[in-house]
Amino acid sequence: MAFAEPKEAFPGQVVPVTIGSEIQETFGGENTLPFHKFEGSVPNRPLIAYEIQDVPPEDWPETVRKVYEGVSDDPVKWARYCEDELKARSIALRLVGTHPDSKNLSADDAATVVKGVLDAVKVPIIIMGSNHVEKDAEVLPRVAEVAKGRNCIIGKAQEKNYKTIAAAAMANDHKLIAMSELDINLSKQLNILLTQMGFSREKIITDPMCSALGYGLEYTYSVMERIRLAALAQNDEVMQPPMLGDVGMYVWKIKETQAPEDVLPEWGSLEERGILWEAMTATSLMLAGAELLIMRHPRAVEYTERFIDELM
Amino acid sequence: MALTGVEIFKLLPKTNCKKCGFPTCLAFAMKLAQRQASLDACPDVSEEAKKILGEASAPPIRPITFGTGDKAVKMGEETVLFRHEKKFVNPNAFVLEIKDTEDDATVDSKLNDVLTSEINRVGQLLRIDGICITNESGDAGKLQSLAERIAQKAPEVAVMVNTENPDAADAALKPFSGKNPILYGITEANAEKMVEIAKANKAIAGIKAQGLEAAAALTEKVKGLGLEDIVIDSGARTASEILEHNTYIRRAALKKNFKPLGYPVINFVQRDEPMYEALVAGLGVCKYASIVVMSSAEKWKNLALFTLRQNIYTDPQVPMQVEQKIYKIGEPTPDSPLLITTNFSLTYFIVSGEVENSKVPAYLAVMDCEGLSVLTAWAAGKFTGSKIANFIKESGIENEIKHRELIIPGYVAILSGAIEEKLEGWKVTVGPREANALPAFLRQKVA
Ligand code: SF4
Repeated sequence: MAFAEPKEAFPGQVVPVTIGSEIQETFGGENTLPFHKFEGSVPNRPLIAYEIQDVPPEDWPETVRKVYEGVSDDPVKWARYCEDELKARSIALRLVGTHPDSKNLSADDAATVVKGVLDAVKVPIIIMGSNHVEKDAEVLPRVAEVAKGRNCIIGKAQEKNYKTIAAAAMANDHKLIAMSELDINLSKQLNILLTQMGFSREKIITDPMCSALGYGLEYTYSVMERIRLAALAQNDEVMQPPMLGDVGMYVWKIKETQAPEDVLPEWGSLEERGILWEAMTATSLMLAGAELLIMRHPRAVEYTERFIDELM
Repeated sequence: MALTGVEIFKLLPKTNCKKCGFPTCLAFAMKLAQRQASLDACPDVSEEAKKILGEASAPPIRPITFGTGDKAVKMGEETVLFRHEKKFVNPNAFVLEIKDTEDDATVDSKLNDVLTSEINRVGQLLRIDGICITNESGDAGKLQSLAERIAQKAPEVAVMVNTENPDAADAALKPFSGKNPILYGITEANAEKMVEIAKANKAIAGIKAQGLEAAAALTEKVKGLGLEDIVIDSGARTASEILEHNTYIRRAALKKNFKPLGYPVINFVQRDEPMYEALVAGLGVCKYASIVVMSSAEKWKNLALFTLRQNIYTDPQVPMQVEQKIYKIGEPTPDSPLLITTNFSLTYFIVSGEVENSKVPAYLAVMDCEGLSVLTAWAAGKFTGSKIANFIKESGIENEIKHRELIIPGYVAILSGAIEEKLEGWKVTVGPREANALPAFLRQKVA
């Protein structure tokens, strides 16, 4: 029996998304499964954004908090450090301080932080709220205005607040993260609602909700694979935006990234374990279809980039 | 390719004698096509039909067992390309490479890594499954003494012997004879001799090819020499080659029923840095490897890889559940808080993780809601006031704690009245909606 490579070509294609103004980055755009350049075109590598926040990262575990000691008390310094020292290709600013249970910072406070960060760096910026449905609907429109002209990604819009946030992204020419909770149908529905209000599907980034390795990774992994197959094989247009893996936030709160080695000797080095946990969550989700990743630890980013190099 | 019911029917005796337990041959054929019946049930089927049907019904990826005893690893038998379609069947083996050029101390330390690698994670015992003994020196004697050392010190671990030299293979394989070892290093050039040695030691044939076409030709050759238990190395070493070859092999076997590639796959992922090696090993786990050969087995690296393998090989159709009971987190005392949630494993992991983060010792009551999350279980009527009350009463927790306060998830605040009504003398406190607010909540509570 002669062997013939069982190649598969698909009718659909992932939307390429370009962000940033002075410096731009593009991700998505492939017409094949993740990294399947042997049977299709994969024009862009996944983009990794370094996560920073408006308030000091007191709840980040030591392994990753200490990396930013001396800069994380000020988002502007922190952003500069990522761009200059870590050579970040993109930065994701999370406005956790606006959450009512955190510092309950106002939309104006947030706008000041965003302006400061945008003035300090040139790489493309992702601006996210605190994941509080009502507060995000208040804060994100204000910061979207401040960031006008910078072609940012704003998020996250969810079913309960998408109208206000999408309108603000549209009015100020930004891209938008559309998040739903681990369900391909909910994800599709939100994208449909967005396009129905006139928001271009070419400006959406789908966030099917991340999970960390060992804490539901398989759910995110399979939802991503299903979304990607719908985009490619069924050529379903609303499923064609690129996908986000919001990795750092989910990884650096679980036990495996916090439990010290003297308490759990069978788990080995805490430092290496935490960094690998973040990198492996990221690489697995990339294999399922994520093209945009938000991460925290520079070494995890470095290993993930190397993995991308080997696959591209 | 799997045959249709009608195609199978044409091969049956067509006498409708009912001996198979079905009213007609056609009915039996339909069941066979759905793999809900076995051909043995028909006593009158011809030898020829048996042969055709047997070949058509053999699993597209051959089942092979590596090693013996409790720790033997089953491989092959996969049926899908994507895990949401159907459960991935046999989790890959992780194999640590030991070279015959390494000094005794290194060998012993690696052996120790393998022997102490076992970890219990959510009820499953996970470990480094095997050792690959590599004939780096090219010297048959060196390989043999390494093999003997390993057979003596790690008698239960599955072993793969890696050499292209038949003399070295013969000596090194002997200590593992009959223990389902793998003889890896079978090439076009040495196949005749190597297959003889493998057969003599009841070993699995590990073929070493350059490219998929060569791999297919070589498996056919080995099969022709009388050995059908084969594992394939297509020569893929970089991440992109591994993705390409593994994908093509899985597709060829499943979608084209291309028998020459219908065998489990070995990936060699050795890299200089353990952290980076782990990522390439992870590619093997996600993308169809049955054996992943690595150069190190640090505990932190094992934990991440075992966890990934467990995640990828979880049954997507069965919601993961944890056992219904009152879990102790930290070392709770009779005054420690009591929280309740459902037994969806993800919910349990997240809630117990956050309680742990709070550093406040507590009791976590996990109630059987058929693996549904809090809101879904509530909506489905499985997480109701009276059911919660019954569970708390029957759990015996009342004998362990002094207080009578139950903390419920914020999403089901609406249940507090109903629970207090059914659970006399108890006070219900509404906790946060999201688990990540639990540490602050609990710390404030005991402050
Ligand atoms: S036993 Fe065989 S011949 Fe008889 S009805 Fe069943 S399939 Fe037909």
